[in-house]
Amino acid sequence: MNWLADFFGDAAHWSGPDGIPARLLEHLGYSAAAFLVAALIAVPLGMLIGHTGRGALLVVVAANAARALPTLGLLVLVVLLAGVGTVLPVLVPLIVLAVPPILVNTYEGLRGVDADLRDAAYGMGLRGRQVLFRTLTPVALPLILLGLRLSAIQVVSTATVAAFVGLGGLGRFIIDGLATKAYSSVIGGAVLVAALALAVQFGFLLLDRVVVSPGVRQTR
Amino acid sequence: MITFEGVTKRYRDGTVAVDDLSLEVPTGAITVFVGPSGCGKTTSLRMINRMIDATSGRIALDGQDVREIDPPTLRRGIGYVIQQAGLFPHRKIVDNVATVPYLLGWNKKKARARAMELLELVGLDAGLANRYPFQLSGGQQQRVGVARALAADPPVLLMDEPFSAVDPVVRASLQDELLRLQSELRKTIVFVTHDIDEAVKLGDTVAVLRVGGRLAQMAGPATLLTEPADDFVRGFLGRDRGIRRLSFISAKEVRLGPAPPDLVTDGDGRPLGWRTGDGLAAYGTFDPETDSLRAALDAALLSPNGVAVAVDEEGRVRGVAGRDAIDDLLAEYAPPVRGAGSAAAEEAPA
Ligand SMILES: Nc1ncnc2c1ncn2[C@@H]1O[C@H](COP(=O)(O)OP(=O)(O)O)[C@@H](O)[C@H]1O
Ligand SMILES: [Mg+2]
Repeated sequence: MNWLADFFGDAAHWSGPDGIPARLLEHLGYSAAAFLVAALIAVPLGMLIGHTGRGALLVVVAANAARALPTLGLLVLVVLLAGVGTVLPVLVPLIVLAVPPILVNTYEGLRGVDADLRDAAYGMGLRGRQVLFRTLTPVALPLILLGLRLSAIQVVSTATVAAFVGLGGLGRFIIDGLATKAYSSVIGGAVLVAALALAVQFGFLLLDRVVVSPGVRQTR
Repeated sequence: MITFEGVTKRYRDGTVAVDDLSLEVPTGAITVFVGPSGCGKTTSLRMINRMIDATSGRIALDGQDVREIDPPTLRRGIGYVIQQAGLFPHRKIVDNVATVPYLLGWNKKKARARAMELLELVGLDAGLANRYPFQLSGGQQQRVGVARALAADPPVLLMDEPFSAVDPVVRASLQDELLRLQSELRKTIVFVTHDIDEAVKLGDTVAVLRVGGRLAQMAGPATLLTEPADDFVRGFLGRDRGIRRLSFISAKEVRLGPAPPDLVTDGDGRPLGWRTGDGLAAYGTFDPETDSLRAALDAALLSPNGVAVAVDEEGRVRGVAGRDAIDDLLAEYAPPVRGAGSAAAEEAPA
């Protein structure tokens, strides 16, 4: 416990370019950028594949690749290719990591919509797009949000690797702490990362309350 | 009027679901497609609103080939009710009902007002309007399904086993409700069911299909019961055809006699029972104004003396009908005697 007190109680850790607020902002910056790009790719793609049923193989491949890909390995690879000093080495692996949960859950969410419901929607005279946006998506929303949440939590946890290639973020506390045997810093950094993941989790649960129709939420 | 002209549907796997079907669905009446599971009822129905396109042949709505109409536009003009109701779970009941009005671009206020009207029409409490589908019973959901199909006042209604998933009591009340609605609305309704009793109860015309989507017989329900075209239809109609046929004969013309003194009534003239040596015996009643001959016969069979008690809508005794009176009317409606040459070609059931 005193390690935590050492870390969080030290006023020097709360200011300056390597203070907690600055590192937190950096961490959030990488995470948000990677997550947004991933969501912009995976949500529309998942919706398209789920709606049309074409390209389902891509989803399977993505789901398996996600389990097999070593994030750190990818990071090193991109550094070798792109060089140190840019954010690219961090963003690429994070995006690659973030896409599959969103893609898979969005796809499964849309595919999982009751065939009768899809049928009724077309039968009422909705056009393809209207079926997608007015029926399938709202009904699949809990799963789409689940995918986004899982992805966001992974990204926030994994953005720690930025420190490996000389960038900032909360990983710095851990890497630098390890290097200098300052274990209070290692633990403090880990606690911050965990807290951030919890905050993301909580944020998504709130979002769920706001955007998912009570009619859909209750039936799950 | 909806016309099928030599309509065939062959699915991609080679299954011929409907084979050269030709029939006419008259305007303003209920036409039931009935037949065993897999005989092509759903396929036939869905070709009308182009949820499925026919492989060959032609389906016309008031003369216009449905293939000339853009499917969503066509469907917005045709009410469609399916078995599981298919309500949108994320939308409130009122918005479910207003689906087609919204699609047609009505403003929200007008569409919702119309939806409220329809909820009332199908016998649902206005308080349900702001609920979500999962908060309703199966029977209520089915009523919402009917309301939704009627929202934009389409002239044609397609119903695919709409009452099959609810329990028998609810089903009977939904059927009665549909008949009541239809007597007001006079829509052109195509109703699909595998239940011959439902077909006979609801249909002004009943089309019996055999497996392979071929028309076995198309007739009014009373004719169907008395003159099944072949063994397949006879087998499908099942037992008790004679008794069931009586449902289509009104009891209005049953000759009523005065109530005998041994029929005990209360102060308002409602029957209490037949006086016997040691108490009151059971009795059966029918209302000649609204009941069928089947109800009258049933009432007669319930009384130990074979006399049915006729009552008015308040349940007060109007008179009695003995079995002789019922018999006389039965004789009048006896099935026609068929000439030797007119016996339908018998075909083995498919
Ligand atoms: N999409 C389809 N592909 C292939 N065969 C089908 C398809 N839909 C229905 N069928 C077949 O067509 C026949 C008629 O089906 P259907 O119209 O659903 O019958 P019903 O509604 O009378 O039970 C059945 O043999 C069924 O298996
Ligand atoms: Mg069917």
